[in-house]
Amino acid sequence: MRDAILRTEKLSKRFGGLTAVDTVSIDLYMGEVHAVIGPNGAGKSTLTNLLSGDLPPSSGAVLFEGKDIAGLRSDRISRLGIGRSYQKTNIFLPFTVFENCRLAAQSRTPHAWRVFNGAPGFSDINRLAEEAMATAGLTPRRDMVAAALSHGEQRQLEIAMCLATRPRVLLLDEPLAGMGPQESQDMVELIQRLAADHAIMLIEHDMDAVFAVAHKLTVMVNGEVLESGTPEEVRASPAVQTAYLGGEDLLDD
Amino acid sequence: MNFSFFLIQLLNGMQYGLLLFLVASGLTLVFGIMGIINLAHGSFYMVGAYLAWWLAGMTGSLTAAILLGIPLTVILGMSLEWLLMRRLYGRDHLYQVLLTYGLILVLEETRSILWGDDVYGLKVPDMLNQSIALTENLSYPVYRLFISGVCLLLAAGLYVLIKHTRLGMMIRAGASNREMAQSLGINIKLVYTLVFALGVALAAFAGMINAPVSSVYPSMGNPVLIICFVIVVIGGIGSVKGAMAASILIGMADTFGQVLVPEVSGMIVYLLMAGLLVWRPEGLFSRI
Amino acid sequence: MRPHRSADLFILLMFGLLALFPFAESTFYTQLLTKIMIMAIFAMSLDLLVGYTGLVSFGHAAYFGLAGYALVLMSPQYESVSLWWSLPAAMSVCALFALITGMLVLRTRGIYFIMVTLAFAQMVFFVFHDTKFGGGSDGIFIYAKPTLVIGGFELLNLEKLNHLFYLVLIFMAAVYFLLRRVLASTFGRALLGIKENEHRMSALGFPTFRYKLASYVLSGALGGLAGYLAAIQYGFVNPEILSWHHSGTVLMMVIMGGMGTLYGPMVGAFAFVLLQELLSDQSLLGQVAKHWQLAMGIFVILVALYLPRGLAGLLSRKAKAEAAADA
Repeated sequence: MRDAILRTEKLSKRFGGLTAVDTVSIDLYMGEVHAVIGPNGAGKSTLTNLLSGDLPPSSGAVLFEGKDIAGLRSDRISRLGIGRSYQKTNIFLPFTVFENCRLAAQSRTPHAWRVFNGAPGFSDINRLAEEAMATAGLTPRRDMVAAALSHGEQRQLEIAMCLATRPRVLLLDEPLAGMGPQESQDMVELIQRLAADHAIMLIEHDMDAVFAVAHKLTVMVNGEVLESGTPEEVRASPAVQTAYLGGEDLLDD
Repeated sequence: MNFSFFLIQLLNGMQYGLLLFLVASGLTLVFGIMGIINLAHGSFYMVGAYLAWWLAGMTGSLTAAILLGIPLTVILGMSLEWLLMRRLYGRDHLYQVLLTYGLILVLEETRSILWGDDVYGLKVPDMLNQSIALTENLSYPVYRLFISGVCLLLAAGLYVLIKHTRLGMMIRAGASNREMAQSLGINIKLVYTLVFALGVALAAFAGMINAPVSSVYPSMGNPVLIICFVIVVIGGIGSVKGAMAASILIGMADTFGQVLVPEVSGMIVYLLMAGLLVWRPEGLFSRI
Repeated sequence: MRPHRSADLFILLMFGLLALFPFAESTFYTQLLTKIMIMAIFAMSLDLLVGYTGLVSFGHAAYFGLAGYALVLMSPQYESVSLWWSLPAAMSVCALFALITGMLVLRTRGIYFIMVTLAFAQMVFFVFHDTKFGGGSDGIFIYAKPTLVIGGFELLNLEKLNHLFYLVLIFMAAVYFLLRRVLASTFGRALLGIKENEHRMSALGFPTFRYKLASYVLSGALGGLAGYLAAIQYGFVNPEILSWHHSGTVLMMVIMGGMGTLYGPMVGAFAFVLLQELLSDQSLLGQVAKHWQLAMGIFVILVALYLPRGLAGLLSRKAKAEAAADA
């Protein structure tokens, strides 16, 4: 059985008396989309923050290619090859789409500290940016200021910026948030394309999308993992059915 | 250093620290609750001192001057909040810095026009103008003990206000979430006005009560402001508890520093700050 | 926020006009313009921090003063030093101080940053005001100004007003074009990204602390350049150049002129110094002029309230409106 590229072991995060993430163990494999679902407040975003370095864990380990990266700062984690997109759009609003991607791509190149050569002149950075934009389907919007994009296009830019840093692992936090049906469809197709050469952790509420792309599914409730496995296993699990019986049946599609 | 000398410095340091607390608490409250950095805060200290001198000159009594002066400073605070400060809420700190810097110039120059640039002395009220014997051969000015006492009382009052009154509850609610507090029917505008006026009054009162000790002179607010900034940084923005801890710390460090290492005593405050920045940049009791 | 093409041409034109100025043979105005250009350099150095990296420093005067004092303290009392080494030395002192304090100060953000930069500048003020190290509150005179000599041939005699004028003009132009170049580079773009959204920059893999520190050091060194030139102009340094009033003044110039534009601070320096000259001119305004700081304070308040993008913002809005009208 091949190794997981990113795995957590009993990862926990406590805020004073509140345990937001409770001994969560999760595995991400290359070529696989692992969706994490659960009601609001289940700890999904906190988990993402722990993996991306935005928050330090209280206990437990995060292993990337076998090495513990728990507690590293977010820029170091990003440079290791773990990229993250945000639930609340976190782009550079006054810059153009191209500049957003160019800046993201710049972080990976040795030219990031050049002082005298004009930034637009580096063809390798430009190429990375162009590729990222193309993958996300944003090339037609290349020179538009990010603030003027539609909501769906901004979400695409979120992903494009992530891609421009050439990550191996993608942590996608509700990429479909606020999207209409056509945009959601486009995003689902994008994720499917990306799945081939990335390990993707997908946090989502849109169950159609989840079942369209996920190879693995983890259900979180109150910070804990309720059930984890293939989508069929999870759907059939009595624990999951009990948790949602009589209330919002969120696996109902 | 013998015991009586140590005791004197201890009392001095305590008094200085408590006085600083009055000023710093206003600064940290205004920032913690309204998100405004007010460079002119030290100027209110100066305004208080000059008001005390002027009113004492007219009435012949410092006590009367203070009693008259406090309402005046409250009015000043409320007017400034209405006129200027409320336009700064939610704006970048840069513009707050700029505006309050301009306010310093206005206040300094207005003071110069109204009351001139000379140094003035103020007499301690006769009743308090004596010394109390602490040990056999050591006596200490009653007025200084009085200052400490009043500051402690005010600190306690502030604590009660914030923790146990409706206004305090509204203040704390407004601090954490302005919109939510507003939707609960709390008149946020009024709360903000009162908090700002409270800050101004506290700083001015500190200036008034300390005027007999420090004298009244132009730009007397500047060193106070800088030290208060250091206090707020060390204590943590928005934390009154932190302001108290840091004020006493600095009051003691500065006082003892002046007698132990006079050449570099001015640096002590900054060295403390530098030390804190290395260890805990967000302050001792930060709420933000 | 990058200057428009037309702004570049306009600036070149202004530099050209300035170069012609000494032919007008006015001692007073030559000196005034020299002073303004020095402040323009000072303001541009702060704009790098404030307008491009998003770091509001209220302690920039520390670098201005450090360089001036460094020049004075390293010159033997009645001899002049060569500019060739004394200027880099003075700027290095500033860079070193910026490096050390930057490592501490940059651990804070936002309002804390403003307060600690102010506090550290006050510390420097204290060292020169209260100790005997720098001549105390009286300051120190420079009896012989630095020389600018190549191979025995004296390039400029800085005792002469016009020579100093040209030296300062050259430096001002050099700083402007240097900063333009730096800000257009990958380093500069990263700074802009940090100013816009530091959190995302970090998440994208940029070590933002290092970028901020580099900007802080460069800003401090260039601020020192201005202080060095000012020490030459006045022949004198005193602790006032380290005061927080001075820090406030230069910050005001940056904002008034229009931060994040580079040419804005130059405009701000011109406008501010001219305004100050006007308001404090007793022959014009009589007794009122004694209290010019009152008018200045009101002006600052009005700028903070109504002119957030500064004068440069006004100009660009006009330009945009005209462009829209022509379309």
